[in-house]
Amino acid sequence: MTIHRFAHADAASLQEVVAALDETCLPLGGGTDLVAMMKAGLMAPERLVNLKTLPDHHGVRPGDGGWRIGALMTLADLAADPAVAEAPALASLVEAVLDSASPQLRTMATLGGNLLQRPRCWYFRNPEVPCWRKGGRRCFAFRGENKYHTLLGGGPCYAPHPSDPAVALLALGAAVRLSGPAGDRTLALDDFYVTPTRDAQRADGYHPVTVLAPDEVLVEVLIPGSAANARSAYVKLMERGVWDFALVSVAVNLALSDAGQVAAARVALGGVAAVPWRATEAEEALLGGSLTPEAIDRAAEAVVAGTRPLEHNAYKVDQLKAALRQALRRWTAD
Amino acid sequence: MALNFRGPDAVPLTLQINGEAHQVLVEPRRTLLSVLREELGLTGTKRGCGQGQCGACTVILDGETAYACLTLAIECEGREIVTIEGIAQGDALHPVQAAFIQHDGYQCGFCTPGQVVSAVALLAHTPQPSEAEIRAGMAGNICRCGAYPAIIRSVRAAAETMAEQEG
Repeated sequence: MTIHRFAHADAASLQEVVAALDETCLPLGGGTDLVAMMKAGLMAPERLVNLKTLPDHHGVRPGDGGWRIGALMTLADLAADPAVAEAPALASLVEAVLDSASPQLRTMATLGGNLLQRPRCWYFRNPEVPCWRKGGRRCFAFRGENKYHTLLGGGPCYAPHPSDPAVALLALGAAVRLSGPAGDRTLALDDFYVTPTRDAQRADGYHPVTVLAPDEVLVEVLIPGSAANARSAYVKLMERGVWDFALVSVAVNLALSDAGQVAAARVALGGVAAVPWRATEAEEALLGGSLTPEAIDRAAEAVVAGTRPLEHNAYKVDQLKAALRQALRRWTAD
Repeated sequence: MALNFRGPDAVPLTLQINGEAHQVLVEPRRTLLSVLREELGLTGTKRGCGQGQCGACTVILDGETAYACLTLAIECEGREIVTIEGIAQGDALHPVQAAFIQHDGYQCGFCTPGQVVSAVALLAHTPQPSEAEIRAGMAGNICRCGAYPAIIRSVRAAAETMAEQEG
């Protein structure tokens, strides 16, 4: 597991970083994914730029009634930040962060890097397997060992996106700010993540699931003020009790009227698609009603709309229903 | 202002490990784990999976635990590194080490340096942890022998010893 040779620089300003980045020069955050990818021989950049030495984007600031979270915050610092930890509306984000990885990985991993993780699929991570996602001709999971693979969105890649915070942030209506040589752009997470297609392929052969350009850096996560008046929950089902990727996860963000009716709803799913997935049918089922047992039943049926299980992962359909029920029942009065 | 790239050839680094400055000449691709073990002879930090999945290589960086197998040595300049060799005070074992011996907090012992380092860091942040806090704090260290109940007992006993010493 010797890593290939590369040059390394500590970044001092974002301008010099984006001027240097291309397919052979990659930004390095906590390294919990990229260093592992390099050790496996799956990536071999000639140069790495350490983003952690940048002066900015390490903290939380208020913004437009919501929150602006620096993408270089570690997961541990994010969950411990009083502005986040003490905000009831961000309960789902804190749960998703603390459900992620292990204590050691949370002190290393940055939020930005977490949102940009590569899949944990065993075919993808095996350097001997030329799977479609890394430039090969087909997905070996589709007719192979696909217990942990996707239900939604179809192919050509069936590896689920591994991030928990991304699912919570999608339900919170978050956006990301990207910095590049031509300036900044801000995109809703709904538009930032894209299912991998044959049209989009990087110079290194990999198919991306975001619209981030090779010379852009994800610098900030923006959570809108509308989320501040709502309540949120994150439910993650795992094989182990801790330190595991989601089999499925559900994030819910609800605004309830004084009469207890759902005035706004966002539901996002993890572990079931190549990108964090909006469950719009479940949102529509919840909207306008109150959280009666019948309404929860309808939402649980709606959340699995369009699922197409593979040979070994049909259990995830039932898990999705259960996870959504578990999330919604936090707000019922029984 | 342009970036100052170093490498890919070996570059001189000064690493502050267990209170002492160490000079090494290593390529940027070297992990902290490989520098500790192969350049400095500090072999108490173990290489298990090498992929950040087992915790055998746990060290303390600026007071927080981290996996040395996924940490580049070149990014450790200026940081306070504590390894298992820096846990005891001379010949006097740290209460966590003594508790692991007294309560059989291991079987084969391979994961033990990482377990001890995680427990020391946990008790530094949370001197009187609940069982849930111990389980959460130790979650990043896998024991393939399955000595978990004894590990939890050891951490709890160490917390009690340390509280008595404080008092």
